[in-house]
Amino acid sequence: MTTDLNPAPAAPPGAQARVPLGQRMAGLGGNARQYGIFGALVVIVLLFQVLTDGKLLLANNVAALFQQNAYVMILAIGMVMVIVAGHIDLSVGSVVAFVGGIVAVSMRDMGLPWLVAVLLGLAVGGVVGAWQGYWVAYVGIPAFIVTLAGMLIFRGLALVIVGETVAGLPSQFIAISKGSLPNFLGYANNMDVVTILIGVLAIGAIVVSQVRARRSLRKHELYVEPVGLFATKLALVAIGIGVLTVILSFSAGGTPTVLVIVGVLIVAYTFLMGRTVFGRHIYAIGGNRLAASLSGVDTRRVDFWIFVNMGVLAGAAAIVTTARAGAAIASAGQNFELDAIAACFIGGAAVTGGIGRISGAIVGALIMGVLNMGLSILSVDPSWQMAIKGLVLLFAVAFDLINKRRAGTR
Amino acid sequence: MSTDHILEMRDITKRFPGVIALQDVNLSVRAGEIHAICGENGAGKSTLMKILSGVYPHGTYEGEIVLSGEPVEFRGIRDSERHGVVIIHQELALSPFLSIAENIFLGNEQAERGVVDWNKTNSEAAKLLARVGLDERPDTKIVDIGVGKQQLVEIAKALSKEVKLLILDEPTAALNDEDSAHLLGLIRSLKEHGITSIIISHKLNEIEAVADTTTIIRDGKTIETLEMHGDDAVTEERIIRGMVGRSLDNRFPDHVSTIGEEVLRIEEWTVHHPIDQARKVVDNASIDVRRGEIVGIAGLMGAGRTELAMSLFGRSYGARISGRAFKDGKQVELRNVGAAIRHGIAYATEDRKRFGLNLIDTIQHNVSASALGKLARWGVVDRTAEEKVAEQYRRDLNIKTPTVSALVGKLSGGNQQKVVLSKWIYADPDVLILDEPTRGIDVGAKYEIYTIINRLADEGKGVIVISSELPELIGICDRIYALSQGRVTGEVARADATQERLMQYMTMEKDVTPR
Repeated sequence: MTTDLNPAPAAPPGAQARVPLGQRMAGLGGNARQYGIFGALVVIVLLFQVLTDGKLLLANNVAALFQQNAYVMILAIGMVMVIVAGHIDLSVGSVVAFVGGIVAVSMRDMGLPWLVAVLLGLAVGGVVGAWQGYWVAYVGIPAFIVTLAGMLIFRGLALVIVGETVAGLPSQFIAISKGSLPNFLGYANNMDVVTILIGVLAIGAIVVSQVRARRSLRKHELYVEPVGLFATKLALVAIGIGVLTVILSFSAGGTPTVLVIVGVLIVAYTFLMGRTVFGRHIYAIGGNRLAASLSGVDTRRVDFWIFVNMGVLAGAAAIVTTARAGAAIASAGQNFELDAIAACFIGGAAVTGGIGRISGAIVGALIMGVLNMGLSILSVDPSWQMAIKGLVLLFAVAFDLINKRRAGTR
Repeated sequence: MSTDHILEMRDITKRFPGVIALQDVNLSVRAGEIHAICGENGAGKSTLMKILSGVYPHGTYEGEIVLSGEPVEFRGIRDSERHGVVIIHQELALSPFLSIAENIFLGNEQAERGVVDWNKTNSEAAKLLARVGLDERPDTKIVDIGVGKQQLVEIAKALSKEVKLLILDEPTAALNDEDSAHLLGLIRSLKEHGITSIIISHKLNEIEAVADTTTIIRDGKTIETLEMHGDDAVTEERIIRGMVGRSLDNRFPDHVSTIGEEVLRIEEWTVHHPIDQARKVVDNASIDVRRGEIVGIAGLMGAGRTELAMSLFGRSYGARISGRAFKDGKQVELRNVGAAIRHGIAYATEDRKRFGLNLIDTIQHNVSASALGKLARWGVVDRTAEEKVAEQYRRDLNIKTPTVSALVGKLSGGNQQKVVLSKWIYADPDVLILDEPTRGIDVGAKYEIYTIINRLADEGKGVIVISSELPELIGICDRIYALSQGRVTGEVARADATQERLMQYMTMEKDVTPR
């Protein structure tokens, strides 16, 4: 036993800061792994930046990166919640095709305004989620089976609705995925001012919220991380957002609309998972379902709403995908479920549930996206791209496991 | 060195990041003896045995292991098993859907050129089962036999590996008295056949009964080795003194209850088995508890104690539940756990790892789990307040941890139990049902738990304690109900309670009841 521990019982809570770093890190195990994933993303970006002679981080490529991968990030947000609760959803790809078909048909054949069609798409996604959530939560069929069935059901229904393709969609609808924020503030040194403004606001919001959280902790005499570490972390985040902002501001359109959508979803769902009772219940269920239920958590209700939420997000992904293709295609969304699941596991989610974060899933999605784009720029055969992505998934999880094992369990 | 020692572990030191789990531990075991290892939870007993059995391979620790005079360096469990050292863990490692015979020879299949010889497997298994005194067919599946018999299968498995040194980690923790007695008898008869056993146990009466030598470990260090049958017979009190480093003259804190109004009463409570719905698990039970009172529930395994508590706690167990529940004199319906909690009833489970805690989450999140609503506004959790609550319980209940952000799975059993208690104390119930609150907990921590129970009663809560340890019930309860086959067969006030009397009620058969 280290001597630092001896005064522990009598010491006031603020004095905990004297606890040895090793033990403190053990308590923050989840965070340390998160940093690892961020590091991996940076390494992969730099690697491809070199391999592609700097083409990867060209402004238009970065904008395209987000436009191409928005669907994975949206699905991964919902999927990480499903996985943390100890379930899986194999149906999201088919649901994307199904909802996309309904949205397209409602605009082209029924003449619904595009905004109404979008809301309809989210609602239909929610109904699909409720259908699957009912079977999982209230009938007790494993999600693997329910969503495997859903994969077939909704792919079939998509074929019925769409036929092959429904094209000729309104341009405002298509702009959701292909458009950018309007440049009403003009340019400064060729940089889109709106984009710069958004970047500055984002950095400001993060700094203010973090400093306030720290102040609250200190006021209550709870543990605060050393000021150096805190400042370094904030600075790194600010630099990351700053670099991204500057690059995007040079792109053809400025900030892609989908990036704003995804950004809002990330903030909202990070809050939901980290700060709300609902989010806490998801982690509690995934960590030990029986204990959660005996603590008064209505596990069935939570399960149900997790799937409803997944359905709504699949609806959102359907809208983004359909808008990007400019048409509803019956075969759309193929393998989307696998992309989303892979993103979650690369991002550190545990197969057994209870562990996983929105930020991890997003970074996982970005790692896959950067790989896709980098390999495409290098004109690697798509078949090889697929194989490489598979290996990355395997190695990411293996790396994680080995790290965990080395950390040692008593 | 003396050659009659089958095992010598010398100056074993094992470090984990930030902690020294074992420091210069020495252990000498004579050939053919039963050697007990005692120590509080977290003292390092299991770590020492994991080193001996190769779970922590050579090179991850310092020190030397000498087996039958030869220094050995185990690289893994298979390595140690080849040397005749077999460990049986507290959590049994049997595959539930395989047969007894398949389990015995798992990893050691009776096969020729990769093809299993089932007749040989089953006949060899039958011989081993006869040796351990288990009257079951070798093709019976593990799920179909009880924990006591599973323990015997584990021993048969060890015998199939030609064990010389058998290590048993808490072998009787999950067994009832009868199965425990059989198991201890078996360990004695193995001794007569020249098999040395090391046994880790919290049950000091068992150690007193079977052990030849006892080594006591405290805080990762060897404290002393006692000859059990020397000139002075070693008593339980003597062992406890070594374990806690002081003598515990009084194992139960002094307490006088201030008993108030009735807070909970159930009448004619009947619960059927969830699968076999014709079977009554709780049969027409009526009990009550008053504010400030500590009420015990005694009963043998299968008497329906846990089933009674869990069916009451929001119908968490059973089917076709009937009967009436009254809270503060008013009849209440407790349809689900949420309703039970709202009516001020809390239930702390006997199986904290399975039902009580989220082991992969932090202390603070576990403490707040059942009353998160108190810390939230509009569904948003106030994390600062949450951490303060956890900090407060860390100090009040003396949870030994560097920080409340530590994972619960890393804590010792006693500290985990304190987290479970914190969770329910924070929910601020009027009635607290504690199911085996001190199971698997060392003596020192038990005393602390009793103190907490007394404090809760003093705050005016009604406390119901379910326990298999009769001295514990007699030591802390104001009144004790005895259960047998789902029925309340007796009610004894503290002053009249003796183990004999309770046991008499607990074993009362159905047809001899005067009702």
